[in-house]
Amino acid sequence: MENLYKLTIQEASTKLKAGEITSSKILESIIERIEKVEPEINSYITKTFEIARAQAKESDKRYVDGKPLSDLDGIPVALKDVFCTKGVKTTAASKILEDFIPAYDATVVEKLENAGAIMLGKVNTDEFTMGSSTENSAFGPTHNPWDTSRVPGGSSGGSAAAVAADECLFALGTDTGGSIRQPASFCSATGLKVTYGLVSRNGVVSYASSFDTIGPIAKSAADVAIILNIIAGNDPLDSTTVKEKLPDYTSFLGKDIKGKKIGIPKEFYGQGLSAEVDKILKDAIKKLESLGAEVEEMSLPSTDFAIAMYYIIAKSEASSNLARYDGIRYGYSNLKKDKTKIKDLIDLYFKNRTEAFGNEAKRSIMMGTYTLSSGYFDAYYKKASQVRSLIKREYEDAFKKYDVLITPVSPFPAFKIGEKLEDPLSMYLADVNTVPINPAGVPAMSVPAGFTSTGLPVGMQIIGPHLGEGKIIEIADAFQRATEHHLKKPEIK
Amino acid sequence: MSEEIKKSGDSTWVLNVAQLARIELTNVEEEKFAGQLSAVLENFELLSNVDTTGVEPTAQVTGLTNVFRADEIKNPSGKESRDDLLSNVPEVENGSIKVPGVFENK
Repeated sequence: MENLYKLTIQEASTKLKAGEITSSKILESIIERIEKVEPEINSYITKTFEIARAQAKESDKRYVDGKPLSDLDGIPVALKDVFCTKGVKTTAASKILEDFIPAYDATVVEKLENAGAIMLGKVNTDEFTMGSSTENSAFGPTHNPWDTSRVPGGSSGGSAAAVAADECLFALGTDTGGSIRQPASFCSATGLKVTYGLVSRNGVVSYASSFDTIGPIAKSAADVAIILNIIAGNDPLDSTTVKEKLPDYTSFLGKDIKGKKIGIPKEFYGQGLSAEVDKILKDAIKKLESLGAEVEEMSLPSTDFAIAMYYIIAKSEASSNLARYDGIRYGYSNLKKDKTKIKDLIDLYFKNRTEAFGNEAKRSIMMGTYTLSSGYFDAYYKKASQVRSLIKREYEDAFKKYDVLITPVSPFPAFKIGEKLEDPLSMYLADVNTVPINPAGVPAMSVPAGFTSTGLPVGMQIIGPHLGEGKIIEIADAFQRATEHHLKKPEIK
Repeated sequence: MSEEIKKSGDSTWVLNVAQLARIELTNVEEEKFAGQLSAVLENFELLSNVDTTGVEPTAQVTGLTNVFRADEIKNPSGKESRDDLLSNVPEVENGSIKVPGVFENK
């Protein structure tokens, strides 16, 4: 059997249970694929093939015994390099953590291991997940598998590119303002930003703690449901995790969506939206209508203020989170270099941070330090937190009437590498459709909706209510059963 | 940011926040970041158009308050985990983290 790397989780799991293939065979196929395409894509920062081979052997035994641990047993996964992995380097794509080896696993990593998933390695991101292109990485940019002169999106660009290029069966990413959805859209993958608190953040490098979420990037909505069953749920080590009893997310697959109410917030279809993206979205919405959904235009007026609100809070929280990186307990340190050049403790802080943070991390720290400084706090942070309340309320009201809302993920398809790197404002503005969701805390998925005339993927964003992942999966799965966009693969030279 | 700063094109405020955040900037960086950050801060001004009279701020969306767990030792912090944690530290002496003096080293 060949090309096992192309399998979805659903397909692989069925074949594994039937004894047609083994975990080790899938793994070897994936490793071969990674070695072949990595020179073009550069998704992986660290490969852990030896760990993976040992895990696959164990998984093989379990299938022989007829006792797989879960539907993810034997399924190879790539982790964004912000998930702490015991004994395996975790860099957050930053020079300041280039040699950091965690002493423990993140809760989600532990959950995946307990489910039998196979760890392929750690994949690229913007430094500390700050960015929308995976260019802000200390380990070089990742390239979009559909056009290697373009960005894969970000910050989970390594995760999305690895899924699109078949360098894993699925990946985990993080989403603070679109970091799962936008790269999924740019690479034609299915990526879910979960309800804030659905998945534990314990052991995951923080960007903006009140927005950060963890979620899957996969090849279909059905695969997302399988992964979510494993990773979702309360964790005593993350006090913000949900306490509710959660459904079996695969129970939302294969459903009829007749009569589902879909809202189309007009603010997301205005100025700045590329005509091609607009057309692809309208066709996708028509498709959902033809499946029986009831579609209606509506309004979320606070959307216009979302970018400003989001970036004030995100950078404020970021400056606070990045204050812990000083190279004293771990990470890049001048103590490992010429010690005679260090005057005193504060000099060491300055040297370590100045030499090891990249530009966007520095901008974030400075912006956050500014907006939190006394005299400006009320005008920025407090005001933004009030606007956040308005945005949150708008979404709560919208979901009294609609099952889901549908918008474009990004106003345009993947842009060229280097195009926005020195223009942070325009990079931030590119996040206009994804950032309102995180302050509201609700879930949203990026689903492949079509391709531009030049063959670049375009994603549709399906937004659901608080803990409404099931509603999103239902619509996305119905759409994917009726379309083939998500099945299309890039040709990598 | 205040109108005076924006108009004067003065970038010393960038130097000030960098100092507070323990980051050194070269002259070139100071100027570059001042331009980039001013553009972003100007965009933030949009919020002054939003009427937020009487609106409570939102700091988190979970609605959870006072989350407790039992104060039990799950992973007894024996030598092994201590050694794992300390293995990342640049300078260790007798199981403690060593740093340069707070005042200038003589």
